[in-house]
Amino acid sequence: MSTMVRGRPLLYTSYEAEMALLNTRTKRVWLGVLLIIGAALPFLLTDATLQTFARAMITAVGVIGLGLLTGYAGQVSLGHAFFIGLGAYTAAVLGGDPEGRRLGFGITELLIWLPAAGLVAALAGLLVAPLAVRLRGLYLAIVTLGLVFVGGHIFNEWRDATGGPGIGRSMPAPTLFGYELGVNGELFTRDQKLYWLMFAVLVVFALAARNIARSRVGRAFTAIRDRDVAAGVMGVNLARYKATAFAISSFYAGCCGALLYVVPGFLAPNGVFNLEVSVLFIAMLLIGGVGTISGAILGAFFITFLPTATRLIPDAFPFISASPTEFPNVFILEQVLYGALVIIFLIFEPRGLFGIWLRLRNYWKTWPFSY
Amino acid sequence: MTTAIEVISRGLGTGSIYALIALGFVIIYRATRVISFAQPALMLAGAVLVTYLVEPLGFYAAVVAGALGTALLALVAERVAVRPMLGRPVFTIAIITIGLDVVIRVIAIAFIGTDLPQVGDPWGLKTVNVFGAILEQRHIAMVLTTAALVAALFGFLRYTRIGLAMRAASFDQEAAMAQGVSVGAVFAVSWAIAGGLAAIGGVFAASGTAVSGTMWLIALVALPVIILGGLDSLVGALIAGLFVGVVQSTVAHFQQYFPSWVGGNVAAISPYVLMMVALLVRPYGLFGTREVERV
Repeated sequence: MSTMVRGRPLLYTSYEAEMALLNTRTKRVWLGVLLIIGAALPFLLTDATLQTFARAMITAVGVIGLGLLTGYAGQVSLGHAFFIGLGAYTAAVLGGDPEGRRLGFGITELLIWLPAAGLVAALAGLLVAPLAVRLRGLYLAIVTLGLVFVGGHIFNEWRDATGGPGIGRSMPAPTLFGYELGVNGELFTRDQKLYWLMFAVLVVFALAARNIARSRVGRAFTAIRDRDVAAGVMGVNLARYKATAFAISSFYAGCCGALLYVVPGFLAPNGVFNLEVSVLFIAMLLIGGVGTISGAILGAFFITFLPTATRLIPDAFPFISASPTEFPNVFILEQVLYGALVIIFLIFEPRGLFGIWLRLRNYWKTWPFSY
Repeated sequence: MTTAIEVISRGLGTGSIYALIALGFVIIYRATRVISFAQPALMLAGAVLVTYLVEPLGFYAAVVAGALGTALLALVAERVAVRPMLGRPVFTIAIITIGLDVVIRVIAIAFIGTDLPQVGDPWGLKTVNVFGAILEQRHIAMVLTTAALVAALFGFLRYTRIGLAMRAASFDQEAAMAQGVSVGAVFAVSWAIAGGLAAIGGVFAASGTAVSGTMWLIALVALPVIILGGLDSLVGALIAGLFVGVVQSTVAHFQQYFPSWVGGNVAAISPYVLMMVALLVRPYGLFGTREVERV
């Protein structure tokens, strides 16, 4: 490291080095290790576990998007589910069978329908942005909540595109440069290929988000979050950057939605994109850690794997039933846990899982003089 | 003409449910500057509690007991989850109330069970003929009860000591503290009143039908209502609640004349559309206080 003095990793000798995408050696090492582990996992795990991993990773893309809007730009949005839904249906319509009963254009090339899904959602985000410029805080939260209801109505009623309530439609099987990702191949199974796809998407989107956060745009976001009037006085164009925040966040949400139902391969509009989904994304963001990219990823993994963990509880505590008809059962416990975890984290560790990691790190960093 | 009266009475009936829940939102907002997203769950919990109490106590006593029980629940929730967050950003506290909402709602739904329980109200779907218009008894009961409760609430705020304290705290918290007002007690009373109002709203929402988890959605309509009325205006919440109810029943009445592309059940989303349009014109609601910005 030419710009970094040996043994003093926090001493920067140039501005570029301090503002670099990965500005410490630890971050570079961790990223490398995680990339290797992530790429190797499909050889170690069963296909069922890989599906959960794939879902966690693509959910993380959506949480990162929400994090850019809520964590960095400070605009509270309860409408994330609407943008996720837009992305999902755009993908389904573009990739759908043109001969089928539902609207479809038969474009299965991933590099076309994935950005398209993001762009449609981003355009919708731009349409909402004028509201965000006029409103703030909880007013904005409730208006975006209205968006979920209006969107839910459209998803339910536009049967040509969405299949209608309770029926739904299938998701396209993605192909990349003509290579089929959605079928079992000779070398790799479907779930292995989809895992790598989601992994690649997550890495690209996470690095892009970090890049946005350290750029001029990201700093404008932070200034707006900390005090928007003050940011405006300093020359940050509030209307433009709030609109940018909504557009970027919705782009992430759209891409997340487009891929979220590729693994199960099916998409039903009933209750898939409702308020509870928005709340779940906020829960992931808060539990992971607001205002950090790694926190968003941690939160998405934590909540996605929570059901897997709670399924083990009936074995340890026999009074909690594993059957949904008895009380108390594990499904109720699981939902209560979401709510309780949000409360507990906000009261005791507002920085989320990422904050716990910081505390652990600082403990060992200064060991044995940690107090 | 009679049709118009019927539509309006239906609207005022559901509108009074919205108004009761919206008043709870506004009372909490005035005390703590936070929108409590736990209100819908408290409404559900109140209705479920009444279904359990109606058997031993009879309907009217059960409603009173249910309202008191829900007030107690709200009090505990405030003490456990919201009070420790005093002085933190309102967004954080609002999210805490979302967490509360999830916990209370899931547990309340678990107590509903599988055999759709009734609140056992005496009105059901019975109707009464007023000058040729067929009105549902429950809607009349809702409007009258809401009127009585609102009168009692305004009297409470106007003439009692703690009511005065609540008004003082909503005006300026620090000044109120300096005058010896216990702001903590104001928070507690505000949450308790909001819980009680939500429970009564829940009983009304369940009258003529069964208690179910989807009742939660009725309470959410109170959110556009408070935005329309202005977050800190009790009168606004009342008027906007009734107004939204009437708009909804009117839209439902004209549903058959709408072109098919707007889809079915437009009435369900009409409050949200109304809210978005109103906010573009008046960002602080119809009766809300305009905020003054300082750097």
